[in-house]
Amino acid sequence: MTKPSKVLIIGSGPIVIGQAAEFDYAGTQACKAMKEEGVTSVLVNSNPATIMTDQGVADIVYIEPLTVDFLTRIIERERPDGLLPTLGGQTGLNLAVALADAGVLDKYSVRLLGTPLDTIRKAEDRELFGRLLAEIGEPTPESAIATSLDDARAVAKRMDLPLVVRPAYTLGGTGGGVATTDEELERIVSSGLAASPIGQVLLERSLVGWKEIEYEVMRDGNDTCITICNMENFDPMGVHTGDSIVVAPSQTLNDKEYQMLRSASLRIIRALGVEGGCNVQFALAPRQEITAWDAPTGAGDPPYYVIEVNPRVSRSSALASKATGYPIARVAAKIAVGKRLDEIQNAVTQKTTAAFEPALDYVVVKIPRWPFDKFPRGDRTLGTQMKATGEVMAIDRTFEAAIQKAVRSLELGNRSLLWEDPNWRIGGDQGAAGQNVGVESAGALVASSRKVDRPDASSQEIDAIPATDDRLWRLMAALRREAEPLDLARATGIDPWFLQKLANIVAMERRLLAEPLAPELLRAAKRLGFSDEQIGVLAGELTERVRQRRIELGITPAYKTVDTCAAEFEAATPYFYSTYEDENEAEPLTGDKALVIGSGPIRIGQGIEFDYCSVHAVWALQQAGYGAIIANSNPETVSTDFDTSDRLYFEPLDEESIRDILDNEAGPSQQTPPAIVQFGGQTAINLAGPLTLAATPILGSSAEAIDMAEDRGRFEEFLAKLDIPQPPGAAVSSVEDALKTADVITYPVLVRPSYVLGGRAMEIVQNPDELERYVQIAAEAGHGKPVLIDKYLEGREIEVDAVCDGEQVLIPGIMEHIERAGVHSGDSMAVYPPVNLSEQEITTVVDYTQRIGLALQVQGLMNVQYVIVPSDAGSDIYVLEVNPRSSRTVPFISKVTNIPLVGLAARVMLGHSLAEQGYRGGLQPQQPLVAVKAPAFSMSKLGGVDTYLGPEMKSTGEAMGVDHTFPAALAKALLSSELALPASGAILLSIADQHKPEAEPIIRKLAQAGFRLYATEGTATMIGGLGLPVEQVTKRLREGHPNVVDVIRDGTVDGVINISEGRITGTLRDGFHFRRAAAEKRIPCFTSLDTARAAVDALLAGEHAFTVQPLAAYLHEPKSGISDR
Amino acid sequence: MSRPRSAWLVLEDGTVFSGQAFGAVAEASGEVVFSTSMTGYQEALTDPSFAGQILTMTYPLQGNYGVNQFDVESARVQVRGFIVREACDLPSHWRLPASQAEDKGTLHRYLADAGIPAIEGIDTRALTRKIRSAGVMMGIITNDDPARSASGHNQRNALARLHAAPRYDGSDFVREVSATEPHTWPHENSPKHHIAVLDLGVKHNILRILSGLGCKVTVLPYRTTADDILALQPDGVVLSPGPGDPALLGSAVDTVNGLLGRLPIFGICLGHQVLARACGASTYKLKFGHRGANHPVRDEATGRVSITAQNHGYAVDPDGLSSNIEVSHVHLNDGTCEGLRHRELPAFTIQYHSEASPGPQDNRYLFERFLELVEEAAK
Repeated sequence: MTKPSKVLIIGSGPIVIGQAAEFDYAGTQACKAMKEEGVTSVLVNSNPATIMTDQGVADIVYIEPLTVDFLTRIIERERPDGLLPTLGGQTGLNLAVALADAGVLDKYSVRLLGTPLDTIRKAEDRELFGRLLAEIGEPTPESAIATSLDDARAVAKRMDLPLVVRPAYTLGGTGGGVATTDEELERIVSSGLAASPIGQVLLERSLVGWKEIEYEVMRDGNDTCITICNMENFDPMGVHTGDSIVVAPSQTLNDKEYQMLRSASLRIIRALGVEGGCNVQFALAPRQEITAWDAPTGAGDPPYYVIEVNPRVSRSSALASKATGYPIARVAAKIAVGKRLDEIQNAVTQKTTAAFEPALDYVVVKIPRWPFDKFPRGDRTLGTQMKATGEVMAIDRTFEAAIQKAVRSLELGNRSLLWEDPNWRIGGDQGAAGQNVGVESAGALVASSRKVDRPDASSQEIDAIPATDDRLWRLMAALRREAEPLDLARATGIDPWFLQKLANIVAMERRLLAEPLAPELLRAAKRLGFSDEQIGVLAGELTERVRQRRIELGITPAYKTVDTCAAEFEAATPYFYSTYEDENEAEPLTGDKALVIGSGPIRIGQGIEFDYCSVHAVWALQQAGYGAIIANSNPETVSTDFDTSDRLYFEPLDEESIRDILDNEAGPSQQTPPAIVQFGGQTAINLAGPLTLAATPILGSSAEAIDMAEDRGRFEEFLAKLDIPQPPGAAVSSVEDALKTADVITYPVLVRPSYVLGGRAMEIVQNPDELERYVQIAAEAGHGKPVLIDKYLEGREIEVDAVCDGEQVLIPGIMEHIERAGVHSGDSMAVYPPVNLSEQEITTVVDYTQRIGLALQVQGLMNVQYVIVPSDAGSDIYVLEVNPRSSRTVPFISKVTNIPLVGLAARVMLGHSLAEQGYRGGLQPQQPLVAVKAPAFSMSKLGGVDTYLGPEMKSTGEAMGVDHTFPAALAKALLSSELALPASGAILLSIADQHKPEAEPIIRKLAQAGFRLYATEGTATMIGGLGLPVEQVTKRLREGHPNVVDVIRDGTVDGVINISEGRITGTLRDGFHFRRAAAEKRIPCFTSLDTARAAVDALLAGEHAFTVQPLAAYLHEPKSGISDR
Repeated sequence: MSRPRSAWLVLEDGTVFSGQAFGAVAEASGEVVFSTSMTGYQEALTDPSFAGQILTMTYPLQGNYGVNQFDVESARVQVRGFIVREACDLPSHWRLPASQAEDKGTLHRYLADAGIPAIEGIDTRALTRKIRSAGVMMGIITNDDPARSASGHNQRNALARLHAAPRYDGSDFVREVSATEPHTWPHENSPKHHIAVLDLGVKHNILRILSGLGCKVTVLPYRTTADDILALQPDGVVLSPGPGDPALLGSAVDTVNGLLGRLPIFGICLGHQVLARACGASTYKLKFGHRGANHPVRDEATGRVSITAQNHGYAVDPDGLSSNIEVSHVHLNDGTCEGLRHRELPAFTIQYHSEASPGPQDNRYLFERFLELVEEAAK
């Protein structure tokens, strides 16, 4: 095969459930690989918060919508001779197929690299796939294709329920599920048919309870095949692998089973002809009592089925890469351009080649991170549809320690494995009372487990441990109440081995409760992964005392290397994990150095943006001659790629781990290197206080400055001193005070708890009734901690990121939100440069930002949010919040202004002023472009979650549209985030009375554009009054058909505009069902008039105006010579 | 289960590792080697090629799926001692007895019954790094605390006992593990071929595979002469793997010299080394050997790489080979000789384990290739 000279790489677009940061990691590795191979890379992605879209990673970067039209124009312009479709997840693969189908690849002679087109089709089309596997003798579960509900009913008659429903060509199993009843079958098949772009679902024999095993396989053009890693799901079949706790390598398979499945994986990749990486998932019969098989002598192999094959890099391959140290995406990319495995160097040993199979000498545990802290009322059951937004990984030398570290890495408050929910009923015993968080809760738990007459958990109650996001904790609770591991195994299908290991943890809990904390016990507990805090709680000691004690006893972690070869060869990579053993391999890095604290798992509110920032901070440190050390727990990220930093510690991001790392790096000299907390989101910034208390130097803004901005009282005083206004408000502790305060500041008011507790959201409250209800609920949940009440100012929202060096404040640009204040900034669309701000308003925003930065003594980044409210004098500008850290918008604003904010900030922290770096303060000159950032949601995957937008963030990712005009940029952003309206069709409207006048122009435009209008009762009357044709559909779901849900489900309408009022008692609840229906049908549903207006305007502006060119072509050259790499 | 008894591993350079004892209460010395295979501990424990050695597994969790009567590669546990980070006392597998009363099916019980001492709780990665950099060395597993007396008296004792023990290098372990009498492996009623296996320490899976491919298999003691083998009129000969230094196997080399050209020959591991010596090559000891299930070997004819299972401490230096023998396979990591092919006669060898067990099954095709040679030779 001839090597291509120019390759197009398709990214995966915005982060949604099922496609997270792993594809930034894969794409970035692929771009590096192309560079090494001397191949020009052209990268297309719509997600600005990625490293892969940085100038310098790929040779040519396009930030454009990932559609056939746009890609065609890019291919036309760039004329690549190769296309790498396997690095952008399912999105990239689907687009490659679509481009081939449209004849674009043939027309421009673009060769598909890596995975043949035919193979993509075979792996995705269940029928073709089943046939292919039958040809090579690999078993697939009995199944049938259905393209209609009637088909599905017929299949169910033939094959009997339960059946697994899998929609074809979807991410993360969207729209699928296990149907055990006829009703479930109808519901799941309908949503599956809607979710599948080809309207096809597969109905498959249910293998619920079987072991789920995965293999990562590679193959080169010379037919050399290897497996990189196998992984075993803790959760058996029935739970999507993206939602399963996963262990690497497999723990309960003997060699024969391991090799049987390995051999099958190799046969499959050969049959598929993949040149690159491939993921194969198997179901393996767990024991004969579940599935009898013919094993007369007891020596026979258990049966297995091939469940799924992904002929591309995947979430699992990212995990396998981090679990083994083998860079799958990099090697896959090189194979795709013609390299053989034995011609590629093993980057870890630098002596051996990529043609080998990694040997692990540790256990890896991955735990998904679910968004149910944000959506406590969502459907928390885990099934075939993935619900996790991210994941954590932990490495140790025992399973117990690895899983305990993984739990710490989840950053669910202080929720260790000791946490129990007070509402559980297990073994007749109520869960420990008051176990909100951390020490308090565990204290209560201790009390409960000390009870003498602890009733046993009966098997009936054990049966009630369903597969939910908190199953791990429920299992622990059951084990604490004497449930037998084998009974739990029978009830859940989880292998007894895992449950015995959890029982070991419980046994240690009991020892810590009962025995004096002798050195031997302390050491044994640390070896099982108990945190100092857990030990302290159980043994009745302060956390800090436990820490000091163990340090005195020399019980400190040793750091071992992830080296792909179980120590057989010397490793050149500095990739470490902690364990409590003898030999420490991480000698302190010499020279100047600093630790960048990463951002942990991807979750709503803390996404890939912070990994982008962490990576840029590392690069800036390296450029300044510092050894850059990074700590992170997220295997999907670029920051945890072993060649990103000078040293990687794969560890939980809590106080204990970070202090241990810093102690280790201090070494015998006791010179603790500084930590950088500004780039890792809330995770890192929250450590500023504890680290300062522990006398660890922090680079950049001090813990004092951070506290000033975060403490409401102090911040109020601070702003008052500067004479900068902020919405009036107060902290209250009783309903009476709340009502009094609200009367003074007048409704609507914005209320939120002063503490952080899973999901207790911020709300906008319109009247005393709602306020009373809210404060009551919040007070109960918050144990009397105050509730914050602020005047809700309904104005235009403005957001600014800035770098401050103590003398100057640099503002790269101002972002204006499309939605008025009240929608969380992370869920708002934002435009740069602002389109509606007056000179005066800009001047004021710049003035406030500069004064705040200087007065707060910010060293590095800060983000300020403002609201602009019309007033007699023109407008008033209020500060909503100040965050003295990097923000979600840093990658976006850095890219569109061409100012490397993170690099500037990092160098400021190292003592180089902005002036030294060639920058001056103030608002920087505007770039000749318009860029719009739009949120992307994963609502179709989260059953039971309301989709209305409010002060609580709900989006999982973001996309960017860039062009020369606002309408074009807006249209691109909407296209990329799947919020664009179709060119024609029907729209359903339901608009609360107070918003009806404002909605009128939008409704007229829709009618003019030829949309058919459907509306609920009141809205229909209003539209009829405008003289426009409208069809009324009832929102009362029990009063006849078709109702609002019917017209959404049956495809009558193509979009929904639903504007409510009254978040708690108002009309909001009425809309829940049809908002959900719209989410499941995957049609746009606007809950803010501002978004709806933008979408309609974008549609009317038409597509003809789109520009398609590399991002760099839009930008002025950077004014400074300092690049960021 | 708590393990109250401490145990120590003392290496011949004086390094001491401490952990908890399991398996038999006994002292044992041997050459300390590591295997990076992540599965297949029972197959490894029963692999005759580990005779005379104390085996440490780099994968920290051992015994997870228990032991059973099927996953054995010889009639007994062959290692001298076993060293792990953690030995599982509550294994889980469908082939274990339903009731795990007592400790049936655990590694601990298995090794205790076999009289083999073992240690868990050791920093096996530190041990592996030690061996990797210093090379394999002798070690002793002991229940006497080497540090108990301040003078180091006990350590000298353990060391002294170690120094007094026979050294691995000079010992003929093949004699200990080979069949004492010829015998046949169960096979189909009308076998297609009759294969003689010169037992230098054969693994059962070689016999299972040959039998599965329709062969009658006769296992012969390692000192069986060429004439005696020819008298059995087999269709081909397999030279089996086995333990120790091939330089000690003069009789087997003679046997191979007597068979070359008269019967198709397939040499595996030690069998490969014996054939190489018969054809003029010398052998030498590797610093820490090749032991694991992830060894990449390139087939020089196709350029294709196979992942192989390996277990050997010695290697063939192909320099002295007669010109009618070529190196057919090369180890990708260190370039050592991994296979030989006779240009004229029906004979080939591999340094790795095509029978796997434990390890990848990618190379089973070599048995079929051998039987093709057998068929051609019969024509």
